Amino acid sequence: MIIGGILVITRKNAVHSAMALITTLLAQAGIYLMLYAPFVAGVQIILYAGGIMVLFLFVIMLISIERNMKERQFNKQWLVGIAAAAALGGLFIAVYTKGKSLFPEGRLNFGEAQNTQGVAALLYDQHQGMYMFSFEIASLLLLVAIIGAVVMAKKRI
Amino acid sequence: MLHISTLHYLVLGAALFLLGVIGVLTRRNVVIVLMSIELILNAVNLNLVAFSRYWQGIHGPTALHGQVFAIFVITDAAAEAAVGLGILIAFFRNKETVNIDEVNLLKW
Amino acid sequence: MRWLIDYILEYLKSDLTPGGAGNLFWITVYILLVFVGLSVAVICMNWLERKILAHMQVRLGPMRVGPHGLLQPIADALKLLLKEDIMPAEADAVVFWVAPFIVVLAAFTVFVVVPFGPTHAITDMNIGILFMLGVSSLSVLGIVTAGWASNSHYPLIGALRSSAQMVSYEVAMGLAVISVILMTSLNAEGTGTLSMIGIVQAQQAQHTWFVFKFFPLGLIGFFIFAVAMVAETNRAPFDLPEAESELTAGFHTEYSGFRWSLFFLAEYSAMIAVSSIAVTLWLGGWLRPFPSFHGPEVAIPYFWPPADPSAPKGVLDLVFALFPGITFLFLGAMCFYNTARMPKHPLLKIQTIGLAGFGAVLALIGLILFVPPVRDRVGDIFWFAAKVAAFMYLYIWYRGTFPRYRFDQLMKVGWKILLPTGLVLLILTAGAGFLEDPVKEWLKHVL
Repeated sequence: MIIGGILVITRKNAVHSAMALITTLLAQAGIYLMLYAPFVAGVQIILYAGGIMVLFLFVIMLISIERNMKERQFNKQWLVGIAAAAALGGLFIAVYTKGKSLFPEGRLNFGEAQNTQGVAALLYDQHQGMYMFSFEIASLLLLVAIIGAVVMAKKRI
Repeated sequence: MLHISTLHYLVLGAALFLLGVIGVLTRRNVVIVLMSIELILNAVNLNLVAFSRYWQGIHGPTALHGQVFAIFVITDAAAEAAVGLGILIAFFRNKETVNIDEVNLLKW
Repeated sequence: MRWLIDYILEYLKSDLTPGGAGNLFWITVYILLVFVGLSVAVICMNWLERKILAHMQVRLGPMRVGPHGLLQPIADALKLLLKEDIMPAEADAVVFWVAPFIVVLAAFTVFVVVPFGPTHAITDMNIGILFMLGVSSLSVLGIVTAGWASNSHYPLIGALRSSAQMVSYEVAMGLAVISVILMTSLNAEGTGTLSMIGIVQAQQAQHTWFVFKFFPLGLIGFFIFAVAMVAETNRAPFDLPEAESELTAGFHTEYSGFRWSLFFLAEYSAMIAVSSIAVTLWLGGWLRPFPSFHGPEVAIPYFWPPADPSAPKGVLDLVFALFPGITFLFLGAMCFYNTARMPKHPLLKIQTIGLAGFGAVLALIGLILFVPPVRDRVGDIFWFAAKVAAFMYLYIWYRGTFPRYRFDQLMKVGWKILLPTGLVLLILTAGAGFLEDPVKEWLKHVL
C-alpha cells in the first residue's frame, strides 16, 4: 500500500498514477478485511475502486495531457512542501512513540458473521446509535454534489 | 511473529496521510493533487476502522461506530471527487492547461 | 490410498463450505474445479453460440471441423494462440499489457462465492452479493484502460461508451438486488443476509422462488436484473461499443491473438457470472422446481446419509432426482440419432465415428448419474447448471432477435426507465413485506 502511495505521487503519467491509486485502494480493502470489517471493504471496492476511479480515468482521458507530460512535474515550492510534511511526520512520530502504551496488545476474537447486521443495527436502531439522520443528510449531500458537478461542467448555464 | 495491534494500523494510516500531504503540496497536475486528497481520505478511514476494532474490544461486538463513520467518509469522498473534477473540467475549458501554477489570474 | 479415500469421504459428510472450514486442500481442489469447469463452459458457449445463432438464421453454422463443428472452438483457440501479437506504436506498454488481465481477473474472481449447492461453494462470505457486485464493477476499469492504452480513437470512444453503459446499468442491478435482500429478511428472526448460500436457503425456508414472491413484484425485479445484466456484459442488444459496423470492434480493436482471447474469455465468464447471480437470487440457485412439494413417502436408497438429516423422501424427490441422468441419456440418444443420419461418404467416416464416440460419452455420464450417491451430490450442481444454461440460451436468443440500441436510447433505458422502476419496486416490496403477516392474519379471520 505504501508503494502504491509513493507511485501515486511520483509518476509523470496521470494514468499510471491512477492505476497505482487503484492498487492502493484494493490493498486498503484488504486491510479492512484484516480488521474484521467486511462491509466497509465491500463498500470500498464498489464505490472507490469501481466508481471514483472510473470517474478519474474518464476525466484524465478527456483532458489531453500529452503536452503536460513534457513539462515540469513538481512545484516551484516543493522544498517548502516537503519541509512541512517532514514537520508533520515528526509530530506523528512524537505522538506515537509517547502514546505507545495506550493501546492494548490483546487479540480480539470476534468473528465477522454478524458484521453487516451490526452496521445496519447501528444505522437504524434507536437505542444503539442514531445515524439515521446523518444517512439522510448524506443523501442530500450527494444530490447537491450531482447538481454541482453537472452545473460546473456544462457549456452554457 | 509480530502481533499486529492498533498502533501498527495507526502508523500505516499516518504514513499514507504523509504521502498524500506531500502529493498535494508538491505536484503541479491538478488531477494528481485530487488523487492525493483521496489518499488522505483513505488514511483517515483506516484510522477510523482501526479504532472501531479497538472500541469493539472494549464495548462488545456491536460497537461499530467507526465503521459507520468510515462509510460516511467514503460517500463524502465520492461527492467531493465529483465536484472537484467538475471544477477541473470547467477550468480546463478556459485555460487549456492542468497545472495549478497557472491559476494565477488574481495575482498582481 | 485407503487414507485418501477415507479423507474424501470424511469431507463429503460435512456441511461447511471449504472456505468456512478453512481447509486449504479442498479450497485448492474447488478452485481448480471451478476454473476448469468455467473454461470448458466458455468453450461450449462459443460452439453453442455459433450453432444456435446459425440455426436461428436458417443456416448450419460450423460443420466442417469436427462432427457438426464440435471441434471448432479448439481450432479457434489454436488460431488465437498462434497469431502474431501486435502492439500499436505509441501505445503505453505497461497499461496495454495489464488491461486484459484486469478484466479477466474481475470476471473470474466472482466465482469464489457462487453457490453450486448448499456446501458446494469455494467459500461463503458474509457479504457474498456485495462482493460480486463490487468485483464486477472492477471490470469497467479494465475496459477503460484498454481503450486508453490503444492510443487510437476508435478504441477510446468504444471504451468510454462501454464503461458509461456498464456504470449506468450497475445502478439498476444494485436496486434489483436490494429488493431481493429485503425479501430474504421476511423470516422468523427478521434478519436478512447478504451471503449467497443464505439467500437460497431463505428461498427454501419460504417455500418459493423469489421470482414468484409477491407476484408480480419478484417478476419485475427479475426482469430489471435480466435487462441490466445483458447491458452490463455488453451483449446484444446493448453491444454498440463492440459492434462491428459502428466502431470496428470498439475497445478491443487493437488487441490480437492471445490478448483478444483473454477479453473474449472475460466476456463469456462475465455472462456466466451475472447469470449465476440472477439464478441464485431469483430462481432458487440449486433448488429443484417445486422445492417444497414432496409427494407421498417412498424409500429412496441413499448410500450415505444426506447432509440434511431431515430431508424428506417423497416420490417427487425421486422423480426430480432422476432428471440429470435422463437429460444426459437424451443428449446421448440425439447424438446417436444424428450419427445414423450422417451421409455414408468415405471421407466422413472419422466424423461419424467421432460423433458416435461423443454420444457414447454422454450416455455414459447419464448412466453414472443414475447411481444414488452421485445423484445426491451432483443433483444440486445439475439444477444450477441447467438454469444457467437456460440463461445462456436466452442470451444467444437475444443476439439473434433484437436490433441494436443506439447509444442515447441505451442510456435513456438505463436511467429513465430501469432506475425509477427499480426504486418503485423497492418501495412496493418493502410495503408488501411489511404487510405480509397482517394480511395473512386477516385472511385467516375472514376465511
